[in-house]
Amino acid sequence: MQTITRDMLCDKAKSLLADGSVSRVLGWKRGEFSYDVTPAVFYSAEEIDKDFVYDAFCGANFSKYLVKETKKGDGKILVFMKPCDTYSFNQLLTEHRFDREKVYVIGISCDGMSDIRIIKDIAGDGVTGAERDGDNLIVHTLYDGDKIVPYADTLPERCVNCKSKKCAAFDEFIGEECEVTSSKRFEEVEKIEAMSEDERFAFWRGELSRCIRCNACRNVCPACTCEKCVFDNPASGVQNKAISDSFEEKMFHIIRAFHVAGRCTDCGECSRVCPERIPLHLLNRKFIYDIDRFYGDYAAGAEEGSRAPLVDYTQGDIEPSQAVEGGTFNA
Amino acid sequence: MPVNEYKPKIVAFCCNWCSYAGADLAGNNRLNYPAEVKIIRVPCSCRVNPMFILRAFQRGADGVILCGCHPGDCHYISGNYYTRRRMALLFSMLNYLGIEKERTRVEWVSAAEGAKFAETMNSFVAQVAALGENKRLEDLRCKQ
Amino acid sequence: MRKCSLDALDSLFAAMSGAYSVYLPVDGDGHDKHASYKKWSEGVKYSNALNTVRSAKDFFFPQSENLMEFKVDGKNIEIIDTREESEDFIVFGVRACDAKSFEVLDNVFLLPPADSYYKSRREHGVIMSMACTRPAETCFCSTFDIDAADPAGDVQCYIEDNEIYFDAKTEKGEKALETIISLTEECGSEKVDAQKEVTHERMKKLPLANLSTEKFGGDKTNTYFNSEKWKELSQSCIGCGTCTFVCPTCQCYDIKEFDTGHGVKRFRCWDSCMYSDFTLMSAGQPRLTQLERFRQRFMHKLVYYPANNDGLFSCVGCGRCVASCPISMNIVKVMKALGEEEGK
Repeated sequence: MQTITRDMLCDKAKSLLADGSVSRVLGWKRGEFSYDVTPAVFYSAEEIDKDFVYDAFCGANFSKYLVKETKKGDGKILVFMKPCDTYSFNQLLTEHRFDREKVYVIGISCDGMSDIRIIKDIAGDGVTGAERDGDNLIVHTLYDGDKIVPYADTLPERCVNCKSKKCAAFDEFIGEECEVTSSKRFEEVEKIEAMSEDERFAFWRGELSRCIRCNACRNVCPACTCEKCVFDNPASGVQNKAISDSFEEKMFHIIRAFHVAGRCTDCGECSRVCPERIPLHLLNRKFIYDIDRFYGDYAAGAEEGSRAPLVDYTQGDIEPSQAVEGGTFNA
Repeated sequence: MPVNEYKPKIVAFCCNWCSYAGADLAGNNRLNYPAEVKIIRVPCSCRVNPMFILRAFQRGADGVILCGCHPGDCHYISGNYYTRRRMALLFSMLNYLGIEKERTRVEWVSAAEGAKFAETMNSFVAQVAALGENKRLEDLRCKQ
Repeated sequence: MRKCSLDALDSLFAAMSGAYSVYLPVDGDGHDKHASYKKWSEGVKYSNALNTVRSAKDFFFPQSENLMEFKVDGKNIEIIDTREESEDFIVFGVRACDAKSFEVLDNVFLLPPADSYYKSRREHGVIMSMACTRPAETCFCSTFDIDAADPAGDVQCYIEDNEIYFDAKTEKGEKALETIISLTEECGSEKVDAQKEVTHERMKKLPLANLSTEKFGGDKTNTYFNSEKWKELSQSCIGCGTCTFVCPTCQCYDIKEFDTGHGVKRFRCWDSCMYSDFTLMSAGQPRLTQLERFRQRFMHKLVYYPANNDGLFSCVGCGRCVASCPISMNIVKVMKALGEEEGK
């Protein structure tokens, strides 16, 4: 696959800024180390030359920022989107969360973005930077010099089981057009389903009990764009910042996953940002798995304007009693 | 009857137009169903948000049952079709988290089905009683 | 100073746990490989990992705790004190940054009127700190004059050459060390001193070693409050509470009531200035946008707190926020950006 380089994106951004097609650019800003890039808005070619980066750590999904950013300023905002981001983009458009006319999307092909936490699992603490070198990543460390790690080993689960390398929406595309991949992303869901009830309970108890209710998963989620979340509303009766006796975090995660069911594009941001590394995507993915099984294949965000399965029905839908038995239903 | 026999607490959400009337009919016909079933009347089964079900468990319910009009007979045309999809997914998720699937049920009970209402409640209470207290979705702060 | 072979570490914990509950960092398994504090019992292995995901403040200022309960019966309200006498406990393996954070927290909770919940736990807790030998790239404790090689605490511990050294610094520490006196032997401090030298050299070479606090302090409110930089710095903040919850010095909390159906429990839980409902009043939240919330957090750490605490900064440079912010915005970037501006 043709590798996308920083220069390609910078040149594109600068030319679009120069001819006035866009007034600003949403991109990644250089940090202290190579892995701590921050999403930022660039207004000029000078800013882009100085701080714009594009490397193996630009994994953040920008689609949610558009809700806020499109309401600021005149003209269009240029945004670079990896294939998985474009699904969230479409889903937000379906939900009328921002004005499509205010955005200029450049789709970029992607072969996975590294996860610094996985790199640190492999290389240990003290990673000062890492650079892509073909199929490898050269990891600079404080105490052990440079280490060469196969790039594929540093990918998070969402990239290992990439759901699609095809951009679902763009005005322009850079890179190589690829197809929806036949991923094995449901294997882990099936593995949990195959456990006994007690094992499943123990597994989730272990994972969810680490939750610190920091709300990073919710706040980063492109499907979570409610103006006021029920868990932030003192009048809701469920506003609660306490982790207590294991109930609260279960409730939070079940309700959150349910609220995005049928709208979640499986972008994996929730698991990326969780400071406790709880595999939250496995909750959302369970809903996707069930929706596919019960109501036919559906990929949120694959096309703009599609009807979400939870606001739809057929007369012959599966009964809840059959659903918990794991049955599929053939209407 | 032994004094300390365990009696599960059951919350039954019943739609106003069919199942609540069905419960009424069960009463008028003097059909027995356990007093541990606490009925909460809702305008339509699709008024029940997944949060209602979790909150019932949090506050001490051992089982939650949701009753509505038969599919196709909803007073609001399609409410119970949405209920059916939501609860299929929610119950499947609870099962995925290792919470006993026998603690939740959806049943379609019409206004004419007093006998079905009583039967349903009897069988659901027996099913939850066999499981014992709800431990997996409990909130210790709510324990007496 | 006393020492003992590292191979006997488990028997040391066993001896300590006779009189104390012992908590220590343990490596995670499964999805989460980061270390977290766990209570020692047979088979629980100490992890020499640099930082736990959550800081050691949890032991003294837990994420949520019940303060009191109310039982209502007709017109009578009964108030129940839910405090229990804390057990004596040891927190083992606290790094220098976290050890210093207790000083920051003490200034908040122990100055009159002292917080009795916090105070009780402080009195019953023994800090056994562990000297760092391999600080990470995210570490900048030296910025706040903390010596990673010479941590504060009731007992200082050092690991060198398959041996562990103990140096009691307080009476409480001496008492805790008595539980393992028969398992350790008296020794000199030569090896430990040598270790400190090496660590000091390493500290100087850390990527964030040149970060300085000289442009910050209690008198800088006017310098930074209306800075143009806040807009740029806060623009991508997603408003989650990760930085505040993993931070060893963040001490804001909320007090709420929980209706149990048969009474009311009043509890205290961590709160985050990054949240839209932080310090919410009937008239609304005083900080309306994320910019103001973001500014509050850093101004508190670098300006407001030092203004009220003799210049002590409310950051210890542990680097947890640097490592876990979903968008990689953190106090280091804020200090550099603001400092740059002031230099102009």
